[in-house]
Amino acid sequence: MEDFCRLYSDLDSTTSTSRKVSVLRAHLAKASPADAAWTVYILTGGRVRRAVRTAELRQWATELAGLEEWLFEESYATVGDLAETIALVLDLGLPGPATVEGSLTHWIEDILLPLRTEDDPVARRQRVVAAWSAQHTLGRFCFTKLLTGGLRVGVSRRLVVRALAALTGLEDDILTHRLSGGWEPTEDNWALLTATDVSSSVGARPYPFFLASALDDGPDSLTGEPSDWLVEWKWDGIRGQLVRRDDEVWIWSRGGELVTDQFPEVVEAGLKLPPGTVVDGELLAWADDGPAPFSSLQRRLQRKRVGAKLLREVPVVLLAYDLLEWAGRDIRSLPLHERRAMLDGVMRRTEGNGMRLSQALNVGSWAEAARLRAGARTARAEGLMLKARNSPYRTGRRRGDWWKWKVDPLTLDAVLIYAQAGHGRRANLHTDYTFAVRNAEGELVPIAKAYSGLTDAEIIRLDKWIRENTRERFGPVRSVAAEQVFELAFEGIRRSRRHRSGLALRFPRILRWRTDKPVSEIDTVANLENLVERLGS
Amino acid sequence: MPEPVIQVRPEGLYVPAADLHIDPRRAVRRAIITHAHADHARAGHGRILASPTSRALLEHRLPGTPVSVLPWRTRHPFGKATISLHPAGHVLGSAQVRVEVDRETWVVSGDYKRQADPTCETFESVPCDTFITEATFALPVYRWPEPADVATDVLRWIRHNRDQGRSSLLLAYSLGKAQRVLAELHRHPEAQAVLGDPVVVHDAVAAINQLYRDAGIDLPPTRRIEDRPTGERRAPIVAIAPPAVDGSRWAKRLGVHDHAFVSGWMRIRGIRRRRAASRGFLLSDHADWPGLLRTIEESGARRVLVTHGRPDVLVRVLRERGVAAAPLEGPWEPAGEEG
Repeated sequence: MEDFCRLYSDLDSTTSTSRKVSVLRAHLAKASPADAAWTVYILTGGRVRRAVRTAELRQWATELAGLEEWLFEESYATVGDLAETIALVLDLGLPGPATVEGSLTHWIEDILLPLRTEDDPVARRQRVVAAWSAQHTLGRFCFTKLLTGGLRVGVSRRLVVRALAALTGLEDDILTHRLSGGWEPTEDNWALLTATDVSSSVGARPYPFFLASALDDGPDSLTGEPSDWLVEWKWDGIRGQLVRRDDEVWIWSRGGELVTDQFPEVVEAGLKLPPGTVVDGELLAWADDGPAPFSSLQRRLQRKRVGAKLLREVPVVLLAYDLLEWAGRDIRSLPLHERRAMLDGVMRRTEGNGMRLSQALNVGSWAEAARLRAGARTARAEGLMLKARNSPYRTGRRRGDWWKWKVDPLTLDAVLIYAQAGHGRRANLHTDYTFAVRNAEGELVPIAKAYSGLTDAEIIRLDKWIRENTRERFGPVRSVAAEQVFELAFEGIRRSRRHRSGLALRFPRILRWRTDKPVSEIDTVANLENLVERLGS
Repeated sequence: MPEPVIQVRPEGLYVPAADLHIDPRRAVRRAIITHAHADHARAGHGRILASPTSRALLEHRLPGTPVSVLPWRTRHPFGKATISLHPAGHVLGSAQVRVEVDRETWVVSGDYKRQADPTCETFESVPCDTFITEATFALPVYRWPEPADVATDVLRWIRHNRDQGRSSLLLAYSLGKAQRVLAELHRHPEAQAVLGDPVVVHDAVAAINQLYRDAGIDLPPTRRIEDRPTGERRAPIVAIAPPAVDGSRWAKRLGVHDHAFVSGWMRIRGIRRRRAASRGFLLSDHADWPGLLRTIEESGARRVLVTHGRPDVLVRVLRERGVAAAPLEGPWEPAGEEG
């Protein structure tokens, strides 16, 4: 555990990717197979099912530190992380050793996991306090992080793969494939992960997704003729990969989660395909003969399992746009136009409910593409996808072959009315903002909350202004003088009874700080209602 | 009701009975300056009163302003008030101000800490009726480790960097923190073995070092970056510089290096990552949470007024413990880099 704490601290104190890769490689080389497996599991975002309720941890730490409850809450508001707050306040009342004895595996398998079956709250408290007592501040932080779910430390899955590649000499793609989808931290799996025999690995395993890059400058910057590119709608759903092997169908989300049970109609359609088929596409809610708004899909996403009624009301389809495996063969290295031709044939077997082909758009020139893109919202798309016809199916986000050319966001001008301190890296700075527009009575009504979009320098400048212009404080929230105007970008707008303005924005974020605009020129509820009408929600 | 001994005016704390200000933010006729940090010592006053060890630092920072010395613990009449200065332990010369008017005693803490510091006077508790305390780190999460343990961590970091062929740059406030870091490293048993050659310091630090040495503070020998022998330009070194130097041309002359902030703010991971995106070492010249509570208790004050940092939290805790406490709203600076 001491080694793991040191690894955490080393990874946390550098922003250099190559430094992180070398630190992690060195750590994995020295670690036991079981510790290495857990380390990889944790760093790739694997979670340990919560063993103790956070309310209990909070309460015990507060008691041990001899604090009043509100004082713990104030601390938490400043620190921005529960496990860190617990570790820091425990220093007040619970002495700890200079180093933590025992391996990472021992701490997880012998101490943390058994807590899940401890039903007696008194015994549970005793065991957690005993664990904390055997750790220093950093150990308590890491342990409590794991206890409450997971531990993230600015290490991406890709970075872990690079470290594994450096350690084993295997290719990134092989390691990514082996790691994808429900990888469990066991010694056996560590051996399989690092095995130099690369002949077979099948079953439910998906392929790593190829991700498109944003095309900011328009297609004129692309090489080749428009005819070298396949143009499709950029659908407004969630990415999904359908794996049809043996007697089964699995559906994977882009985040590496299995979402099979959430989409029974897609599974049914997938079963009509021959085993040894893997299709990449977009999961969308479907109404009449076209995509339904994203908000419909959200109703389905909120459920782990769907009832018959919801299934009837909000059917989902997988709009297929690529074929990665056919007849049990990995065909990702074939050029896109060949994969698409095969996909057309494959989809004839199942076209209809559950699965459909994402049609290519006929585009003779980039000007024509631009016209299509301008009408994307009406087609319930987010813009266009441009894919090089001769490109292989790559791994991760590699620039060059797949571009997403999104429609320009909708924008509005609103005034800042509330601010709240952020979490994590932004703890202690006001970075969560609420913005308002004017209603018919001339009152300011909240229209959106937004967190991102400002530079670090702007955040610091705005934080200073907020502190100097606070009107009232409600716990961590401050109301401020309505003076600062911001241009917000958003992807959609709909009526909502739950919001005071009667409107809800989709994915609002700050585009610009409009220091040049007076508050008198902000948008009104009336202009936004017109916008809703125009977009026909 | 009699007039308060100390009032808040737009220009800062004011003692009506003596007609003088304490650490005013704007230029005034006569000011007591608790210590030479920029947010307390501002230019333009007619006359400055300060502790004996603060004088040279103030003359260095505010050239042209006459500085009169008030010897430690000696009571001086100013109008109807009696005023004396007492060590605050924040940096060299930092003072608490005791003001007595008609047998009522107020103490202004200025910035203070309770940890031992080989480079400045030790904090002395001064009994009073009303205690005006700072609250920079007034949250239970702020608790400082032993400076010797911090020095062990710093030396381990330096050794690791050198093994990787990198220099080590410690970013520390040039007045007080830089000298304390030097002294704490120097008195660590492994200092000689790990540090080897004298530590390189930025000119801003070198100037303050000289004033500290003149005041009789024992600091190890240091050198300027220009003093490196030509043949050793690529060898890893250890350097101390103020935070503003990070990423500057001066820092580039260190070659490949790692940097680390030395500050109480480094206690919080989010702040550490935002300010430094790198290593942080926890050494503060302010009182931590237990230090604040202990100091307030030792003052025996019937009433506590709280400035700077988190007055709301400290005030509520004190009130819940039956101490009359209130925030002292005033033109204080928001918590800065110094800490």
